[in-house]
Amino acid sequence: MEREDLKSIVESLLFVADVPVTLHRLTEVLAGADRNDIAAALNELQTDCENNRRGVRLVEVAGGYQLRTAAANADWIKKFLGGRPARMSRATLETLAIIAYRQPITKAEIEAIRGVDVDGVVNTLLERNLIRAVARKDVPGRPFLYGTTAEFLQLFNLKDLTHLPTLKEMEEVTLPEAPGEEIPVERSEE
Amino acid sequence: MSTRVQLEVFEGPLDLLLHLIKKNEVNITDIPIATITEQYLATVELMQDLSLDVAGEFLVMAATLIHIKSRMLLPASEDLEEDEEGADPRAELVLRLLEYQRFKDAAAQLEQREVLTRDVFVRSGAPSDETALPGFREVSVFELLTALRRVLERLPKDNVHEVTLDKITVREKMTLVLDTVRAQGQVLFESLFSEVKTRMEVVVTFLAMLELVKVRAIRIVQEELSGPIVIQAAVLDQGAEAVAAKAIEEKPHGT
Repeated sequence: MEREDLKSIVESLLFVADVPVTLHRLTEVLAGADRNDIAAALNELQTDCENNRRGVRLVEVAGGYQLRTAAANADWIKKFLGGRPARMSRATLETLAIIAYRQPITKAEIEAIRGVDVDGVVNTLLERNLIRAVARKDVPGRPFLYGTTAEFLQLFNLKDLTHLPTLKEMEEVTLPEAPGEEIPVERSEE
Repeated sequence: MSTRVQLEVFEGPLDLLLHLIKKNEVNITDIPIATITEQYLATVELMQDLSLDVAGEFLVMAATLIHIKSRMLLPASEDLEEDEEGADPRAELVLRLLEYQRFKDAAAQLEQREVLTRDVFVRSGAPSDETALPGFREVSVFELLTALRRVLERLPKDNVHEVTLDKITVREKMTLVLDTVRAQGQVLFESLFSEVKTRMEVVVTFLAMLELVKVRAIRIVQEELSGPIVIQAAVLDQGAEAVAAKAIEEKPHGT
Protein backbone atom coordinates (compact mmCIF):
# COMPACT_ATOMS: atom_id res chain seq x y z
CA MET A 1 0.00 0.00 0.00
CA GLU A 2 1.42 3.35 -1.05
CA ARG A 3 2.21 5.82 1.66
CA GLU A 4 -0.21 8.42 0.34
CA ASP A 5 -2.92 5.78 -0.06
CA LEU A 6 -2.47 4.75 3.54
CA LYS A 7 -2.84 8.32 4.72
CA SER A 8 -5.99 8.71 2.67
CA ILE A 9 -7.51 5.49 3.98
CA VAL A 10 -6.71 6.37 7.59
CA GLU A 11 -8.38 9.75 7.11
CA SER A 12 -11.50 8.07 5.70
CA LEU A 13 -11.66 5.64 8.59
CA LEU A 14 -11.37 8.46 11.10
CA PHE A 15 -14.07 10.34 9.23
CA VAL A 16 -16.65 7.57 9.54
CA ALA A 17 -15.79 6.66 13.13
CA ASP A 18 -18.02 8.12 15.81
CA VAL A 19 -15.68 7.39 18.69
CA PRO A 20 -11.90 7.84 19.00
CA VAL A 21 -10.14 5.10 17.03
CA THR A 22 -7.20 3.35 18.62
CA LEU A 23 -3.99 2.63 16.74
CA HIS A 24 -4.63 -1.01 17.54
CA ARG A 25 -7.98 -0.91 15.77
CA LEU A 26 -6.39 0.71 12.73
CA THR A 27 -3.74 -2.01 12.52
CA GLU A 28 -6.49 -4.62 12.73
CA VAL A 29 -8.41 -3.12 9.83
CA LEU A 30 -5.37 -2.24 7.75
CA ALA A 31 -3.94 -5.72 7.84
CA GLY A 32 -0.71 -5.75 5.89
CA ALA A 33 0.22 -2.19 6.71
CA ASP A 34 3.03 -1.70 9.15
CA ARG A 35 2.07 -0.29 12.54
CA ASN A 36 4.81 2.32 12.29
CA ASP A 37 3.61 3.42 8.87
CA ILE A 38 0.09 3.88 10.22
CA ALA A 39 1.46 5.89 13.13
CA ALA A 40 3.45 8.00 10.65
CA ALA A 41 0.34 8.52 8.52
CA LEU A 42 -1.56 9.71 11.60
CA ASN A 43 1.25 12.08 12.42
CA GLU A 44 1.27 13.50 8.91
CA LEU A 45 -2.49 13.92 8.91
CA GLN A 46 -2.21 15.74 12.20
CA THR A 47 0.38 18.14 10.81
CA ASP A 48 -1.56 18.60 7.54
CA CYS A 49 -4.66 19.66 9.46
CA GLU A 50 -2.69 22.13 11.54
CA ASN A 51 -0.58 23.62 8.77
CA ASN A 52 -3.32 23.99 6.20
CA ARG A 53 -5.60 25.58 8.78
CA ARG A 54 -8.19 22.95 8.10
CA GLY A 55 -11.62 23.07 9.73
CA VAL A 56 -10.98 19.72 11.34
CA ARG A 57 -8.08 18.69 13.50
CA LEU A 58 -6.80 15.23 14.26
CA VAL A 59 -6.72 14.94 18.03
CA GLU A 60 -5.40 12.24 20.32
CA VAL A 61 -8.12 11.73 22.86
CA ALA A 62 -9.27 8.98 25.26
CA GLY A 63 -6.63 6.57 24.03
CA GLY A 64 -7.48 6.99 20.34
CA TYR A 65 -7.54 9.37 17.43
CA GLN A 66 -10.51 11.51 16.49
CA LEU A 67 -11.32 14.21 13.98
CA ARG A 68 -12.60 17.26 15.82
CA THR A 69 -13.54 20.70 14.60
CA ALA A 70 -11.07 23.54 15.02
CA ALA A 71 -11.78 25.37 18.27
CA ALA A 72 -11.69 28.73 16.50
CA ASN A 73 -14.83 27.80 14.55
CA ALA A 74 -16.92 26.98 17.61
CA ASP A 75 -19.33 29.90 17.32
CA TRP A 76 -20.21 29.09 13.70
CA ILE A 77 -20.83 25.47 14.53
CA LYS A 78 -23.06 26.37 17.45
CA LYS A 79 -25.04 28.69 15.22
CA PHE A 80 -25.32 25.96 12.61
CA LEU A 81 -26.36 23.22 15.02
CA GLY A 82 -28.66 25.45 17.06
CA GLY A 83 -29.82 24.51 20.51
CA ARG A 84 -28.12 25.28 23.72
CA PRO A 85 -25.19 23.21 24.86
CA ALA A 86 -25.71 21.67 28.30
CA ARG A 87 -23.83 23.75 30.81
CA MET A 88 -22.17 22.09 33.70
CA SER A 89 -22.79 23.65 37.09
CA ARG A 90 -19.87 24.59 39.28
CA ALA A 91 -20.82 21.93 41.81
CA THR A 92 -20.81 19.30 39.08
CA LEU A 93 -17.49 20.42 37.67
CA GLU A 94 -15.80 20.56 41.09
CA THR A 95 -17.08 17.12 42.01
CA LEU A 96 -15.89 15.78 38.68
CA ALA A 97 -12.45 17.29 39.28
CA ILE A 98 -12.24 15.66 42.72
CA ILE A 99 -13.18 12.28 41.26
CA ALA A 100 -10.74 12.68 38.37
CA TYR A 101 -7.75 13.40 40.60
CA ARG A 102 -8.63 11.14 43.50
CA GLN A 103 -10.15 8.12 41.81
CA PRO A 104 -11.21 5.62 42.91
CA ILE A 105 -13.12 7.57 45.53
CA THR A 106 -16.33 7.14 47.54
CA LYS A 107 -19.15 9.63 47.93
CA ALA A 108 -18.24 10.11 51.60
CA GLU A 109 -14.67 11.00 50.64
CA ILE A 110 -15.89 13.52 48.06
CA GLU A 111 -18.21 15.01 50.65
CA ALA A 112 -15.33 15.36 53.09
CA ILE A 113 -13.52 17.56 50.56
CA ARG A 114 -16.49 19.56 49.31
CA GLY A 115 -18.18 19.93 52.68
CA VAL A 116 -21.61 19.31 51.19
CA ASP A 117 -23.84 16.45 50.20
CA VAL A 118 -22.95 15.20 46.70
CA ASP A 119 -25.71 12.65 46.03
CA GLY A 120 -27.45 14.69 43.37
CA VAL A 121 -24.26 15.71 41.64
CA VAL A 122 -22.85 12.19 41.57
CA ASN A 123 -26.08 10.94 40.04
CA THR A 124 -25.93 13.61 37.36
CA LEU A 125 -22.37 12.58 36.53
CA LEU A 126 -23.38 8.91 36.40
CA GLU A 127 -26.25 9.73 34.09
CA ARG A 128 -24.00 11.72 31.81
CA ASN A 129 -21.67 8.74 31.76
CA LEU A 130 -18.74 10.87 32.92
CA ILE A 131 -18.10 8.71 35.94
CA ARG A 132 -18.91 5.14 36.83
CA ALA A 133 -18.84 2.83 39.81
CA VAL A 134 -15.56 0.95 39.46
CA ALA A 135 -15.56 -1.16 42.61
CA ARG A 136 -16.71 -1.24 46.18
CA LYS A 137 -14.59 -0.10 49.08
CA ASP A 138 -13.81 -2.73 51.66
CA VAL A 139 -15.21 -0.79 54.60
CA PRO A 140 -18.52 -1.14 56.45
CA GLY A 141 -21.41 -0.55 54.09
CA ARG A 142 -19.21 -1.42 51.11
CA PRO A 143 -19.75 1.94 49.39
CA PHE A 144 -19.13 2.35 45.68
CA LEU A 145 -15.85 3.70 44.48
CA TYR A 146 -16.19 6.02 41.53
CA GLY A 147 -13.83 6.71 38.67
CA THR A 148 -13.96 8.65 35.42
CA THR A 149 -14.92 7.18 32.03
CA ALA A 150 -13.67 7.48 28.47
CA GLU A 151 -16.48 10.01 27.95
CA PHE A 152 -14.81 12.18 30.59
CA LEU A 153 -11.55 12.14 28.62
CA GLN A 154 -13.45 12.96 25.43
CA LEU A 155 -15.32 15.83 27.06
CA PHE A 156 -12.15 17.53 28.23
CA ASN A 157 -9.99 16.63 25.27
CA LEU A 158 -7.63 14.47 27.30
CA LYS A 159 -5.41 11.77 25.84
CA ASP A 160 -5.49 9.83 29.11
CA LEU A 161 -5.60 10.46 32.84
CA THR A 162 -1.89 11.20 33.05
CA HIS A 163 -2.59 14.25 30.89
CA LEU A 164 -4.81 15.87 33.50
CA PRO A 165 -3.52 19.34 34.36
CA THR A 166 -1.18 19.06 37.32
CA LEU A 167 -2.87 19.62 40.63
CA LYS A 168 -1.27 22.56 42.42
CA GLU A 169 0.89 21.57 45.32
CA MET A 170 -0.55 22.35 48.68
CA GLU A 171 0.88 25.67 49.83
CA GLU A 172 3.39 25.52 52.59
CA VAL A 173 1.26 26.27 55.54
CA THR A 174 2.67 28.06 58.51
CA LEU A 175 0.28 29.31 61.06
CA PRO A 176 1.27 32.50 62.75
CA GLU A 177 0.33 33.21 66.36
CA ALA A 178 0.32 29.53 67.07
CA PRO A 179 0.62 29.15 70.78
CA GLY A 180 3.46 26.85 71.59
CA GLU A 181 5.38 25.31 68.78
CA GLU A 182 4.59 25.65 65.17
CA ILE A 183 2.68 22.64 64.02
CA PRO A 184 4.21 20.76 61.18
CA VAL A 185 1.68 20.54 58.43
CA GLU A 186 2.23 17.76 56.04
CA ARG A 187 -0.12 16.54 53.45
CA SER A 188 1.24 13.67 51.57
CA GLU A 189 -0.10 13.21 48.09
CA GLU A 190 -0.91 9.62 47.37
CA MET B 1 -33.16 18.24 44.55
CA SER B 2 -35.85 19.86 42.49
CA THR B 3 -37.69 21.45 45.38
CA ARG B 4 -34.53 22.71 46.99
CA VAL B 5 -33.52 26.23 46.18
CA GLN B 6 -29.76 26.45 46.09
CA LEU B 7 -28.05 29.73 46.65
CA GLU B 8 -26.36 29.96 43.30
CA VAL B 9 -23.32 31.73 44.64
CA PHE B 10 -22.37 29.54 47.56
CA GLU B 11 -22.45 25.84 46.96
CA GLY B 12 -21.53 25.02 50.53
CA PRO B 13 -20.00 26.30 53.74
CA LEU B 14 -16.43 26.02 52.45
CA ASP B 15 -17.40 28.09 49.42
CA LEU B 16 -18.93 30.74 51.62
CA LEU B 17 -15.82 30.83 53.81
CA LEU B 18 -13.48 31.15 50.83
CA HIS B 19 -15.66 33.97 49.55
CA LEU B 20 -15.52 35.81 52.89
CA ILE B 21 -11.75 35.33 53.11
CA LYS B 22 -11.34 36.78 49.63
CA LYS B 23 -13.75 39.64 50.30
CA ASN B 24 -11.93 40.63 53.47
CA GLU B 25 -8.58 40.34 51.70
CA VAL B 26 -7.14 38.23 54.46
CA ASN B 27 -4.68 35.40 54.35
CA ILE B 28 -6.22 31.97 54.32
CA THR B 29 -3.57 30.76 56.78
CA ASP B 30 -4.29 33.59 59.20
CA ILE B 31 -8.04 33.99 59.29
CA PRO B 32 -9.38 36.72 61.60
CA ILE B 33 -11.79 34.25 63.10
CA ALA B 34 -14.05 36.73 64.96
CA THR B 35 -14.75 38.83 61.87
CA ILE B 36 -15.21 35.87 59.55
CA THR B 37 -17.46 34.04 62.01
CA GLU B 38 -19.64 37.11 62.40
CA GLN B 39 -20.01 37.55 58.65
CA TYR B 40 -20.56 33.85 58.14
CA LEU B 41 -23.38 33.75 60.67
CA ALA B 42 -24.94 36.88 59.17
CA THR B 43 -24.98 35.26 55.72
CA VAL B 44 -26.49 32.02 57.00
CA GLU B 45 -29.14 34.01 58.85
CA LEU B 46 -29.94 35.88 55.66
CA MET B 47 -30.29 32.62 53.80
CA GLN B 48 -32.76 31.44 56.41
CA ASP B 49 -34.68 34.71 56.22
CA LEU B 50 -34.98 34.21 52.49
CA SER B 51 -36.48 30.79 53.22
CA LEU B 52 -33.65 29.12 51.39
CA ASP B 53 -33.10 25.59 52.40
CA VAL B 54 -29.99 26.04 54.48
CA ALA B 55 -28.26 22.71 54.39
CA GLY B 56 -27.24 21.20 57.70
CA GLU B 57 -23.61 21.50 56.64
CA PHE B 58 -23.84 25.29 56.98
CA LEU B 59 -24.93 24.95 60.59
CA VAL B 60 -22.23 22.42 61.39
CA MET B 61 -19.66 24.86 60.04
CA ALA B 62 -21.20 27.68 62.11
CA ALA B 63 -20.73 25.56 65.23
CA THR B 64 -17.15 24.77 64.20
CA LEU B 65 -16.38 28.47 63.73
CA ILE B 66 -17.82 29.40 67.12
CA HIS B 67 -15.84 26.61 68.72
CA ILE B 68 -12.61 27.80 67.13
CA LYS B 69 -13.36 31.37 68.14
CA SER B 70 -13.86 30.39 71.77
CA ARG B 71 -10.65 28.39 71.79
CA MET B 72 -8.75 31.34 70.37
CA LEU B 73 -9.90 33.42 73.33
CA LEU B 74 -8.46 31.03 75.86
CA PRO B 75 -4.94 31.87 76.99
CA ALA B 76 -2.39 29.40 75.75
CA SER B 77 -1.48 27.23 78.69
CA GLU B 78 2.18 26.71 79.29
CA ASP B 79 1.90 23.16 80.45
CA LEU B 80 0.14 21.85 77.37
CA GLU B 81 2.03 19.17 75.59
CA GLU B 82 2.48 19.16 71.86
CA ASP B 83 -0.92 17.65 71.42
CA GLU B 84 -3.89 18.96 69.57
CA GLU B 85 -4.68 21.51 72.27
CA GLY B 86 -1.37 23.21 71.77
CA ALA B 87 -1.97 23.73 68.07
CA ASP B 88 -3.61 26.68 66.43
CA PRO B 89 -7.33 25.94 66.68
CA ARG B 90 -7.72 27.09 63.09
CA ALA B 91 -5.28 24.57 61.64
CA GLU B 92 -7.71 21.87 60.65
CA LEU B 93 -10.11 24.29 59.02
CA VAL B 94 -7.28 25.94 57.10
CA LEU B 95 -6.19 22.58 55.72
CA ARG B 96 -9.72 21.81 54.59
CA LEU B 97 -10.03 25.18 52.91
CA LEU B 98 -6.71 24.80 51.12
CA GLU B 99 -7.58 21.30 49.98
CA TYR B 100 -10.93 22.46 48.67
CA GLN B 101 -9.33 25.45 46.96
CA ARG B 102 -7.02 23.11 45.07
CA PHE B 103 -9.93 21.29 43.53
CA LYS B 104 -11.71 24.51 42.70
CA ASP B 105 -8.57 25.50 40.82
CA ALA B 106 -8.42 22.09 39.15
CA ALA B 107 -12.05 22.45 38.06
CA ALA B 108 -11.28 25.87 36.61
CA GLN B 109 -8.36 24.40 34.68
CA LEU B 110 -10.52 21.63 33.27
CA GLU B 111 -13.06 24.20 32.18
CA GLN B 112 -10.40 26.07 30.23
CA ARG B 113 -9.67 23.07 28.08
CA GLU B 114 -11.21 22.57 24.65
CA VAL B 115 -14.50 21.17 25.87
CA LEU B 116 -16.47 18.88 23.58
CA THR B 117 -19.71 20.46 22.26
CA ARG B 118 -18.61 23.85 23.58
CA ASP B 119 -15.29 24.53 21.83
CA VAL B 120 -14.86 21.51 19.62
CA PHE B 121 -17.30 19.18 17.92
CA VAL B 122 -17.29 15.75 16.41
CA ARG B 123 -19.28 14.38 13.54
CA SER B 124 -22.77 13.62 14.83
CA GLY B 125 -24.24 11.65 11.97
CA ALA B 126 -24.59 8.02 13.00
CA PRO B 127 -26.45 5.11 11.49
CA SER B 128 -29.95 4.76 12.85
CA ASP B 129 -30.80 2.39 15.64
CA GLU B 130 -33.04 0.45 13.33
CA THR B 131 -30.26 -0.92 11.16
CA ALA B 132 -30.04 -4.20 12.97
CA LEU B 133 -27.08 -6.32 12.12
CA PRO B 134 -27.93 -8.97 9.54
CA GLY B 135 -28.74 -12.39 10.87
CA PHE B 136 -30.00 -11.20 14.24
CA ARG B 137 -33.53 -11.22 15.49
CA GLU B 138 -35.12 -9.58 18.47
CA VAL B 139 -35.62 -11.82 21.48
CA SER B 140 -39.09 -12.36 22.87
CA VAL B 141 -39.91 -11.58 26.49
CA PHE B 142 -40.56 -15.24 27.21
CA GLU B 143 -37.14 -16.29 26.05
CA LEU B 144 -35.69 -13.61 28.28
CA LEU B 145 -37.65 -14.86 31.26
CA THR B 146 -36.48 -18.39 30.58
CA ALA B 147 -32.91 -17.20 30.45
CA LEU B 148 -33.45 -15.31 33.70
CA ARG B 149 -34.76 -18.44 35.37
CA ARG B 150 -31.66 -20.32 34.28
CA VAL B 151 -29.52 -17.65 35.94
CA LEU B 152 -31.58 -17.77 39.14
CA GLU B 153 -31.38 -21.55 39.29
CA ARG B 154 -27.64 -21.41 39.10
CA LEU B 155 -27.36 -19.23 42.21
CA PRO B 156 -26.00 -21.00 45.27
CA LYS B 157 -28.88 -22.36 47.29
CA ASP B 158 -27.18 -22.29 50.66
CA ASN B 159 -27.28 -18.59 51.32
CA VAL B 160 -30.70 -18.53 52.97
CA HIS B 161 -29.23 -17.45 56.30
CA GLU B 162 -27.27 -14.59 54.93
CA VAL B 163 -28.76 -11.20 55.38
CA THR B 164 -27.56 -9.24 52.44
CA LEU B 165 -27.66 -5.52 52.90
CA ASP B 166 -25.89 -4.73 49.69
CA LYS B 167 -28.13 -2.25 48.06
CA ILE B 168 -27.81 -1.57 44.41
CA THR B 169 -30.41 0.46 42.64
CA VAL B 170 -31.78 -0.24 39.21
CA ARG B 171 -30.37 3.07 38.15
CA GLU B 172 -26.84 2.22 39.28
CA LYS B 173 -27.11 -1.12 37.60
CA MET B 174 -28.31 0.52 34.38
CA THR B 175 -25.12 2.52 34.29
CA LEU B 176 -22.98 -0.53 34.96
CA VAL B 177 -24.72 -2.64 32.34
CA LEU B 178 -24.58 0.10 29.76
CA ASP B 179 -20.88 0.63 30.40
CA THR B 180 -20.12 -3.05 30.03
CA VAL B 181 -22.11 -3.35 26.84
CA ARG B 182 -20.71 -0.17 25.35
CA ALA B 183 -17.16 -1.10 26.24
CA GLN B 184 -17.40 -4.48 24.57
CA GLY B 185 -19.90 -3.74 21.81
CA GLN B 186 -21.86 -6.83 22.68
CA VAL B 187 -21.97 -9.29 25.56
CA LEU B 188 -23.69 -12.55 26.29
CA PHE B 189 -26.81 -12.35 28.44
CA GLU B 190 -25.33 -14.86 30.90
CA SER B 191 -22.06 -13.02 31.31
CA LEU B 192 -23.87 -9.97 32.68
CA PHE B 193 -24.81 -12.13 35.63
CA SER B 194 -21.50 -13.90 36.10
CA GLU B 195 -20.47 -11.71 39.04
CA VAL B 196 -23.93 -11.56 40.55
CA LYS B 197 -24.36 -13.59 43.71
CA THR B 198 -27.79 -12.81 45.12
CA ARG B 199 -31.31 -13.21 43.86
CA MET B 200 -32.00 -9.56 44.53
CA GLU B 201 -29.07 -8.45 42.41
CA VAL B 202 -30.08 -10.77 39.57
CA VAL B 203 -33.52 -9.22 39.59
CA VAL B 204 -32.11 -5.69 39.73
CA THR B 205 -29.74 -6.45 36.86
CA PHE B 206 -32.58 -7.85 34.82
CA LEU B 207 -34.80 -4.84 35.49
CA ALA B 208 -31.93 -2.55 34.56
CA MET B 209 -31.57 -4.42 31.27
CA LEU B 210 -35.26 -4.05 30.50
CA GLU B 211 -35.14 -0.35 31.29
CA LEU B 212 -32.20 0.07 28.93
CA VAL B 213 -34.09 -1.72 26.17
CA LYS B 214 -37.08 0.48 26.81
CA VAL B 215 -35.00 3.61 26.33
CA ARG B 216 -33.30 1.99 23.34
CA ALA B 217 -29.82 2.19 24.79
CA ILE B 218 -29.27 -1.53 24.22
CA ARG B 219 -30.79 -4.25 22.03
CA ILE B 220 -31.32 -7.83 23.03
CA VAL B 221 -30.95 -10.19 20.09
CA GLN B 222 -30.10 -13.75 19.20
CA GLU B 223 -28.78 -15.33 16.06
CA GLU B 224 -31.18 -18.24 16.05
CA LEU B 225 -34.17 -19.38 18.01
CA SER B 226 -33.06 -20.59 21.48
CA GLY B 227 -29.48 -19.73 20.60
CA PRO B 228 -27.36 -17.63 22.94
CA ILE B 229 -28.91 -14.27 23.82
CA VAL B 230 -26.70 -11.32 23.01
CA ILE B 231 -26.89 -7.78 24.39
CA GLN B 232 -25.73 -5.13 21.93
CA ALA B 233 -25.09 -1.47 22.42
CA ALA B 234 -27.60 0.47 20.36
CA VAL B 235 -26.30 3.23 18.15
CA LEU B 236 -28.19 6.29 19.27
CA ASP B 237 -28.67 9.53 17.48
CA GLN B 238 -28.61 12.64 19.60
CA GLY B 239 -32.34 12.77 20.13
CA ALA B 240 -32.53 9.18 21.29
CA GLU B 241 -29.48 9.66 23.47
CA ALA B 242 -31.21 12.55 25.24
CA VAL B 243 -34.35 10.47 25.76
CA ALA B 244 -32.28 7.65 27.20
CA ALA B 245 -30.35 9.95 29.52
CA LYS B 246 -33.60 11.48 30.71
CA ALA B 247 -35.11 8.09 31.37
CA ILE B 248 -32.16 7.05 33.52
CA GLU B 249 -32.43 10.38 35.31
CA GLU B 250 -36.09 9.91 36.11
CA LYS B 251 -35.66 6.37 37.28
CA PRO B 252 -36.48 6.45 40.97
CA HIS B 253 -33.79 5.42 43.43
CA GLY B 254 -35.56 2.40 44.83
CA THR B 255 -34.59 -1.03 43.74
